Amino acid sequence: MGDARAHPGGAPVQRCVQLLTPDGDRIDDPEFAYDGDQEAIAQLFRQMVLIRRIDTEGFALQRHGELGLWPPLLGQEAAQVGSTAALGPDDVVYPTYREAGVAWLMGVDLADLIGQWRCSTLGSWDMRRHRFGPLSIVIGAHPLHATGYALGLKLREEEGVVLTHFGDGASSQGDVMEALEFGALDQVPVVFFCQNNQYAISLPATRQSAVPIVQRASGFGMPGVQVDGNDVLAVQAVTAAAIDRARAGGGPTLIEALTYRMGPHTTSDDPTRYRDDAEVESWRARDPIDRVRKLLQRLGTPSTFFADVDAEAETLGAHVREVCSALPEPDLAAWFDHVYAEQTDELRAQRGEYVAWRSQYGGVA
Amino acid sequence: MTNDMSLSKALNAGLRAAMAADETVVLMGEDIGRLGGVFRVTDGLQGEFGAYRVMDTPLAESGIVGMAIGLAHAGFRPVVEIQFDGFVYPAYDQIVTQLARHFARSGGGLQVPVVIRIPYGGGIGAVEHHSESPEAQFVMTPGLKVVTPATPQDGYWMIQQAIAADDPVIFMEPKRRYWQTGEVDVDASPPSLWSSVVRREGTDATLIAYGPTVTTCLEAAEAAEADELDLEVIDLRTLSPLDLAPVYASVRRTGHAVVVHEAARTLGLGAEIATRITQECFYSMEAPVQRVTGYDTPYPPSRAEDEYLPGIDRILDTVEALLSDEWVTESPSGAGRWGRVG
Repeated sequence: MGDARAHPGGAPVQRCVQLLTPDGDRIDDPEFAYDGDQEAIAQLFRQMVLIRRIDTEGFALQRHGELGLWPPLLGQEAAQVGSTAALGPDDVVYPTYREAGVAWLMGVDLADLIGQWRCSTLGSWDMRRHRFGPLSIVIGAHPLHATGYALGLKLREEEGVVLTHFGDGASSQGDVMEALEFGALDQVPVVFFCQNNQYAISLPATRQSAVPIVQRASGFGMPGVQVDGNDVLAVQAVTAAAIDRARAGGGPTLIEALTYRMGPHTTSDDPTRYRDDAEVESWRARDPIDRVRKLLQRLGTPSTFFADVDAEAETLGAHVREVCSALPEPDLAAWFDHVYAEQTDELRAQRGEYVAWRSQYGGVA
Repeated sequence: MTNDMSLSKALNAGLRAAMAADETVVLMGEDIGRLGGVFRVTDGLQGEFGAYRVMDTPLAESGIVGMAIGLAHAGFRPVVEIQFDGFVYPAYDQIVTQLARHFARSGGGLQVPVVIRIPYGGGIGAVEHHSESPEAQFVMTPGLKVVTPATPQDGYWMIQQAIAADDPVIFMEPKRRYWQTGEVDVDASPPSLWSSVVRREGTDATLIAYGPTVTTCLEAAEAAEADELDLEVIDLRTLSPLDLAPVYASVRRTGHAVVVHEAARTLGLGAEIATRITQECFYSMEAPVQRVTGYDTPYPPSRAEDEYLPGIDRILDTVEALLSDEWVTESPSGAGRWGRVG
């Protein structure tokens, strides 16, 4: 099996784009630049703190038995915030299930988001309004939808670009390969954003792909960029460049954002069985939020700003709990109503059968 | 205006009409553009509507269906051709976990009006994987609708209706009937896509068929006339949802029902239909519902397919046994294969 910490094939990756070191030092990259001002950086910081708080609450709610499951995003805040910040007003996201932060940033109601993990809905937001597709729980099924959507935009000569998130595990799925192929063949405006958080549950990314995932790009005929996924400035810069390229007709880009899932795969997982503390600690030192805090402090951001963000996070956390406790139980009778756009007599009859049966026991007819 | 045309040509005409009527209709599939499809169902359409509306795709069924789902999200009405029935399985995940569920998953907000055309069934002397009848696997998937035309007229109508439908439709095309001709009236109003029709009226027994076996059953009914048997033939047309009202009305009159399909027997459509007939028509029935189907084997080498496929002889033997109160019990041991009432 060789060394599980290294990809068995491929050449070492020449460059991983980084614009902000873990110590909070800004550095230059020959190709990519972050051009936001201090206020913009402060906004990225704020968003990262807030989605971390949503994540903390989600995790806690699951532990309190309020949610069926929660897939933590802890450690991946920069990848989610930076990639979302690169989007224009017409751009669309196709996420994987861990993109709670992206969902919230795209304006998805917390009730819809939390409801999905409470298992009271399957994800009921308006995709077109929020430009945010269904959370894909089947690994790797959705980059094809993103690519199809992007083909639609191209056929209609519309402005938008589609950004699709997926993980290192999904990179093994045939559907993801087919999405890369279809996207590159027709040069459609889609950006493939792989958050390599190092593990697909227990299997390290080095056992998902014989070569570094970014190197897959050349075989499909598209540029590949590896970026420090814990550097929000670099993630935004790299994603924005890929989106610009796609918008200009240059076709897709594969971005590999190197990050780390600090928590378990989901609340059902026990990562101590497959990775050691030293590795986790080495990534804790590369925390995506700490480095931006250092930068902002160095730039003279007043302490009141940080206090305000913390207070906002507290309020948001309380709001998440309130939203969760206010979620209605799903009505099975209503579930019959949107299996088909045009209802069938069969389902109408089965609905009636269920409602009649329920009403015998005091349920609402 | 009435024309005599083959099912293949009628489908082609129906696709052309749908594309002309709605510019969001796009066709995707392997070899459907320049070649016109291996069965020529899309012949000439790329020349007429352009390469962006009739797309030759890479050979990747899951990719084709997944792309179609994304196109539907973006407001298109994609029509996918799966080249042969046996090649739909790479797309099975996209069809079952995605296409069938996006409308429900989104709480009814996200329609995915994708049509997946699948040439299906045997009888053309093909190599392996080119003669399958997987319709039940789609019928048992909530969120999909499944229809199958048996005549050129239905081919012309039903493909347009399936494309206009807001739900995903699996459109099963009986490939051995592609070259069968019939009258197509392009001006007449079609019946509902979700309706079954009586193809032949009769009084002694009801043959329930769909797709390729409709013709077989009509031929069987004709042959039965020599024995002074008067058989009714019903063409289901829609498999999901099922429209069994004409079947119940018929079985209440005839008292005898035989379901005929090419797909293997166990958990085929016949199982569902027999159950429902029993529930609805129990006191009108003079014998149990019978099934004439493919056997529960993989599809055989096609030199043996005439024995495997439900043919006129097997249908008529079953009908005669049924009417003489000697029906097939389908006992797995083989003992008591012929049962007798009373």
